[in-house]
Amino acid sequence: MTTQPSEMQLVVPGAPSPATPDEFGAPSMSQGRRALRTYLRSPLSMIAFVVFAFIILFSFIAPHFYHFTYTTADLNARSLHPGKQGHLFGTDGTGFDLLAQMMRGTQRDFIILLVSSVIAIVLGIVVGALAGYFGAFVDNVLMRLVDVMLTIPALVILIIAAERFPKLGALGLGVLLGLFGWMGLSRLVRAEFLSLREREFVEAAHAMGASNMRIIVRHLIPNALGTILVFGTIFAATSIVAETSLTYLGYGVHPPDTSLGLLVSNGVDAATTRPWLFYYPGLLIVVIVLAINLIGEGIRNAFDPRHNRVRD
Amino acid sequence: MSTQLAQRLEITIRMVVVAAILAVIIAVIAGVVSGVRRDKPIDIGVTILTFMLLALPTFWFAAVIKQAAIALNEHAGTHFYTIGDSTPGYSLYASSSQVRWDEITHLTLPVLSLALLTTSGWIRYQRASTISVLDADYMRLARAKGVRWPTVIRRHGLRNALIPLVTIVAIDVGALFGGAIITEKVYVWHGMGEFLNGALNAEDTYSVAGWVMVSAIFVVVFNFIADLLYAVLDPRIRLA
Repeated sequence: MTTQPSEMQLVVPGAPSPATPDEFGAPSMSQGRRALRTYLRSPLSMIAFVVFAFIILFSFIAPHFYHFTYTTADLNARSLHPGKQGHLFGTDGTGFDLLAQMMRGTQRDFIILLVSSVIAIVLGIVVGALAGYFGAFVDNVLMRLVDVMLTIPALVILIIAAERFPKLGALGLGVLLGLFGWMGLSRLVRAEFLSLREREFVEAAHAMGASNMRIIVRHLIPNALGTILVFGTIFAATSIVAETSLTYLGYGVHPPDTSLGLLVSNGVDAATTRPWLFYYPGLLIVVIVLAINLIGEGIRNAFDPRHNRVRD
Repeated sequence: MSTQLAQRLEITIRMVVVAAILAVIIAVIAGVVSGVRRDKPIDIGVTILTFMLLALPTFWFAAVIKQAAIALNEHAGTHFYTIGDSTPGYSLYASSSQVRWDEITHLTLPVLSLALLTTSGWIRYQRASTISVLDADYMRLARAKGVRWPTVIRRHGLRNALIPLVTIVAIDVGALFGGAIITEKVYVWHGMGEFLNGALNAEDTYSVAGWVMVSAIFVVVFNFIADLLYAVLDPRIRLA
């Protein structure tokens, strides 16, 4: 992941093998590899990752083998209980199959999560890196912009923006969530860069004639990777919850397309009469968000030096 | 419009203040306990619970609580109010103390769902700051002087560990005065959140501007209160 030699690397060039344990009893490896190893060894994080990967893969592959689609309503099969007539999770009041809709909803939420996270991470890194690395005037201008954007509560900005563009859809919603979600990361990256740019290896890179661009991309960003990844997972979880909230208030995804938020919002009205419409999509959201949060916690622990006890 | 805003603000304040007090109490107790008993069963239990709460979409959780209350009302004969901030028209014939009691009982469910959801993030903060305070030298010194451990945690640890919580509580509560938009919608309260939603749907620019004005004042006021509290908690912090 990163090319930076870490403080741990005590092996001199020409040593037999980088995997040989040195005098402290730990094999030397880069910061990224060590983090990856810590992550792979933490059971809870791995379970969360497997569950998350399974849900996403299932939602993309299973529709090809399932005999109902999310677009066709069977008027003879309205409000069926789960398991009746081959509808595994039952049907809604119009005869749409719930499982097919939940798979489509998961797909759409995954798109939203992906688009919003990529936009937020890229914007956050660019703004934070410029402000933190160049400092002075650039820093002042960019951080005041961030302050302005942080003043208004996020949900309100999103409602106002989504209200302006009613035909948004999942992709548009993802873009919107990303455009208004990068401020936290830019502050974190700026703080990291402020301390990283004073380190010796930056000075060394300067002395060897590396350009600013190269120092930022090759040396500073890899060192801030832990912070960035943790933000990414937390943001992914919030963007799913934000999608459901926006859709519940009537500003998000609209039929005929569907999302998990839309399914639950429709299910709320039927919570007493057709509980499966309310509980299944809701539980799916909880499981997905929980899995993402646990993945983020695993990454945080993996990059946290206090958790890398060498002589355990 | 200002009378309308004032009326709605009063309803929102009722919900938010009670929920915030409850949430802070839960956050401090659960956060300190799970920080002090780090990696013990009680810490793992609290952590799992907070992650579950963090993963819950607000309206889904609120609706689940509402369903549970309805089921209780039907089967156990309890009287939880699941809709509205007060009984409509009740003030026309009831005495003022009865009206107050009616309003208080209407608070139960919205406050419960709002408090549990807001406290989940706060518990994480309180736990993290408690853990870092436990390592501090002054804690060991106080213990070495012979002060009992519970007193050390309460007098020396908690006071320092509260500072991060004050920051986040101020930000969150300040924002909540703009209306717990979703909780209000689920429980059909006529508060600030519903006001904003209605104003947006009606494309009523002046109402939205008024709403932004009022909620911005609360954000600023609460951040100011937080700054004052820092100095109270930690005398080393001087406000110039």
